[in-house]
Amino acid sequence: MGSLAFTVTTRNLDLSTVVQIVSSELASADTSAGAIASFLGTVRNENQGRRVERLEYEAYEPLALKAFERIANEARDRWPDARLAVHHRVGRLNIGEVSVAIAAAAAHRADAFAMCRYAIERVKQIAPIWKHEFFKGGDVWIEGATVNPDDAEAREVAYRRACV
Amino acid sequence: MRVTVRLFARLRDIVGTTDVVRELPSGSTAAVLWDRLAADYPELTPYRTAVSTAVNAEYSRMDRPLADGDEIAFLPPVSGG
Repeated sequence: MGSLAFTVTTRNLDLSTVVQIVSSELASADTSAGAIASFLGTVRNENQGRRVERLEYEAYEPLALKAFERIANEARDRWPDARLAVHHRVGRLNIGEVSVAIAAAAAHRADAFAMCRYAIERVKQIAPIWKHEFFKGGDVWIEGATVNPDDAEAREVAYRRACV
Repeated sequence: MRVTVRLFARLRDIVGTTDVVRELPSGSTAAVLWDRLAADYPELTPYRTAVSTAVNAEYSRMDRPLADGDEIAFLPPVSGG
């Protein structure tokens, strides 16, 4: 999988970019995609009762890229002929802006949907990325999952969510 | 030996800087490094069981012995996506 598939960037994310990457990767592997599923995460204006005004994302970039590659490798254990692209935004994001763009290409729609969902669940579990929420009246670092990339149970949770 | 500590998100806010250079006895583990840092910045203490560790941009463990020149990242719970 080429490095284009995984990116951490301060620039606006574009859905067509990740879709094109997975589709051309499959084409160059002489495999036809019967399905491409995609996901965009966007900035909400509300979180736990707080009126959110903006987010600032921070990443440990070299490790984030490796985490995305790891997720793609895990996905290939389950869906061998599928392809995945994950682009994550960092820096200041306003309400409605895209924070993460994912595309998953596979021979059949069930695999494409499942892989796309698996990827975003794993991003939330193991990618070294943090959101700093600025809301009306204050700010807070959002702290979600403690990363343990080798935790088989977490991986299983992501897989179950993907395949319900 | 000399190592560089990288801090992110709230941990960086607590310490007040992204990078810290530390002298340690050779063979010290990431846990020793963390405990020394937490001794200087007590607000770090509650994170002891919640942080993850990376050495030279690879996920690692707290009990791993460090080497001179290593870059150790302490990562608070993540919230990407």
